[in-house]
Amino acid sequence: MKYEVVIGLETHVELSTESKIFCSCGGHSAANEPNDCVCPACSGMPGMLPVMNKRVVELAVTAGIMLNCNISRYTTFDKKNYYYPDLPCAYQITQLNHPICTDGCVTVKTSEGARDIRIKQIHMEEDAGKLVHSGNSSYVDFNRTSVPLIEIVTQPDFRSAEEVLAYLGKLKSMFRSGGISECEEGAMRCDVNISVRPEGSEEFGVRTEIKNMSSFEAIEKAIRYESQRHIDALEFDLEELVQETRRFDDATGKTMAMRNKETEADYRYFPDANLMPIVIDDEWLEEIKANKPVAVDEKAEQYREVGISEKEIEMLISNHKIARLLDETVAEGCNPKDTAAWILTDCAGVLRKDGKTLNELDMTAKTLAAIIKMVDSGTINRNAGKKVLIAVVEKGVDPEAYCKEQGLDRKVDSSAIESVIDKVIAENSQAVEDFRNGKVKAMQALFGACMKELRGAGDPAMIKELLESKLK
Amino acid sequence: MRFYSAQICDKGNIAVDDTILVKDVEATAGSYMLEGFKPLFSAEAVTRLENAGYVISGKAHVGEFGLDLVGEFSHYSTQEGALQGAAASLVAEGSVKAALGVDMNGSTRRSAALAGVDFLKPTYGTVSRYGVISCAASGEQVGVYAQDADAISEIMGVIAGHDSKDGTSLKAESYDYSTAQAVEGKKICIIKELFDKADSQTQAKLTAFADSLRAKGVVVEELSSDLFKLANTAWQILMCAETCNNVSRYDGVKYGHRAAQYRNIDELYVNSRTEGFNFLTKAVVLYGSDVLSKNRYKACYDKSLRVRRVVKEGIEKLLESYDAILTPVCSQSAYESYDIHTAFEKVFEESIFTATANLIGSPALVSCGVQLMGKAFSEGTLLSLAAAVEKEGK
Repeated sequence: MKYEVVIGLETHVELSTESKIFCSCGGHSAANEPNDCVCPACSGMPGMLPVMNKRVVELAVTAGIMLNCNISRYTTFDKKNYYYPDLPCAYQITQLNHPICTDGCVTVKTSEGARDIRIKQIHMEEDAGKLVHSGNSSYVDFNRTSVPLIEIVTQPDFRSAEEVLAYLGKLKSMFRSGGISECEEGAMRCDVNISVRPEGSEEFGVRTEIKNMSSFEAIEKAIRYESQRHIDALEFDLEELVQETRRFDDATGKTMAMRNKETEADYRYFPDANLMPIVIDDEWLEEIKANKPVAVDEKAEQYREVGISEKEIEMLISNHKIARLLDETVAEGCNPKDTAAWILTDCAGVLRKDGKTLNELDMTAKTLAAIIKMVDSGTINRNAGKKVLIAVVEKGVDPEAYCKEQGLDRKVDSSAIESVIDKVIAENSQAVEDFRNGKVKAMQALFGACMKELRGAGDPAMIKELLESKLK
Repeated sequence: MRFYSAQICDKGNIAVDDTILVKDVEATAGSYMLEGFKPLFSAEAVTRLENAGYVISGKAHVGEFGLDLVGEFSHYSTQEGALQGAAASLVAEGSVKAALGVDMNGSTRRSAALAGVDFLKPTYGTVSRYGVISCAASGEQVGVYAQDADAISEIMGVIAGHDSKDGTSLKAESYDYSTAQAVEGKKICIIKELFDKADSQTQAKLTAFADSLRAKGVVVEELSSDLFKLANTAWQILMCAETCNNVSRYDGVKYGHRAAQYRNIDELYVNSRTEGFNFLTKAVVLYGSDVLSKNRYKACYDKSLRVRRVVKEGIEKLLESYDAILTPVCSQSAYESYDIHTAFEKVFEESIFTATANLIGSPALVSCGVQLMGKAFSEGTLLSLAAAVEKEGK
């Protein structure tokens, strides 16, 4: 019998705000030591009251708009009760009854085609701290406590691990480009709800939930393992599937039961009386919409239209900073396709040599545009342009001054090139003879010698052409 | 009382209930669970008083988390004999000009009534709850004990007004606490069901108060209403649920009492809390936990929220015809010592007089051993009615 896998996701995303959700402590990423970013409020001392961070609402609404959700005009907070030392108040402030966004939809594309994934809701909540175990002792670190999260809950609309990964990849690039979240390691965590049913069946099978995975690799492995476990159970009647919560073990690649429906904690949710309902009026909503970055799909389409490749689009969409450098350089009058290559190939290459990534690129659009324009106008050739780029990236020099200083910008006409070629031919008789005897590689050595003599000036294509004609 | 300043202040010395934080002064809310806890900041009401030139003389003992009748079940109180709240006693004997207390389930109002002093539980949201050891966030409010309505009016003028550190704080910067409104022609009502619950001495106090107002041209009528009983049940459910949730943070991990013996985290929680909380708190926690549980939520907590709305509308309608409601505060004019194992039921029963104001956030003023309740922001009217009667006695 053929089976269909049915998956729903709950994805927690840490928001990029300057302060925590209910107090003015900085985000935990600013912390050096445990409990660096902690105050009486986020460490659960009596007497402190939560005060809503407006920016959290705005980012959650922006995420909702990106995922085509209805934005609730009236939204409230609830308390979720459970005991754990990393939860200082013994309750988490979250949204149960009136979440900020509902009923959205996002399209994911895989090799199987496109599928619409319905978003049930997006709600705001606070993160918990963490425990550090050492020997016989355990320590509590509250830096992450009350860091703002949004949880995006989908309907059970996924049918494969591939679709899940495509969805998560899309969220990641959307949220990065939208300034909603950096989505760094651990800042995006997933709970996967999974069930299996015979193909064509309308009824859902027994559902299990795999908790708290943060790497795409683990998510993919967990889905594959768990769906196979369900299919085996149905097919061979080996075990009875029960509704339960499981966790994925990275070392073994298997999922293991944590707790079942009977022993499931009762979180005793109820409204938080310390936080007044938030009303989002037309004016505020319009303001948020106006500040919303261009939607990822729209942006990708714009890049596609100017001839930027799919691979490059993917890199640009997932990196807000680099996309902005491109847009600004293009605004300076440079060709988009060309500029994308300068950034994603040349700059990335220079940085890679030093073990760095594009994220560490420190270059203004004006500087980059200056280099590209010198090349476009023929003042220097592309090779010389690359030299300038390296100097700019490594030493932060001014491109135009650097060209003059290095003599890269001197005009070289064909007669000057010819005299250099003559000189090189005269000085490298062995290589010339090798070439004439059919050793193609010798050509490369001669070309290099010419380039060296010209110190990077002159059009390489022209040099090559002249060299070839002289050798024949 | 735990003293921390012996300075005599011309403007006035103030005592603060131990449910309200004063920076660096141990705050326990009467519970062994908070043993040794020293707050890093003062409550907003305390800061405002200090900024205005008042001196906080010390902390007054309270019953554990303010859950009992009048402060009889404090881990720290050594008070014996007749039961009477500590802050109210300090005000009555003239040791301080006024005291701050958190009115959560009426213990402050009952204390004031028995000690013969005034206490105002103001309209919800008018005084910041920043720095209050919170139990029932949706109905608790910082109030003032003093010897008369004028002194209450003075202190309220200092502590009330918007505070951005409290999300439930209303936007207004100040409110009317005048005691000089003309009382002639005002109309008040006595609720028959509440009057009948009081003993004869308490009834006599209420009748005398009503007569005094009648003599000043106030119309006093009697009427019947079931709203108060309904309100009490709803408030006990909400109050226990919120308290259960708010005291959950006292787990022995971060501050306060931690059991000496434990083998794992569950034992650390259980042993610390078993030792740290008294029987009444435990009863409230269990009751609150139960009404929030999945199977009971709809029938208990959710229903109480609906009752809150119904009662609010009902009382507002009633107060369209009357300026205030006159009720007893306690069923007796004095309480005798009793076993803590019966405290939960006793407090539940006694709170029928006080719970409505907490449930719907309306102001309630205790004066001359009786209570005046009014619509939101009608403190000026209540204080003026009380002042009229108090001045006559002087």
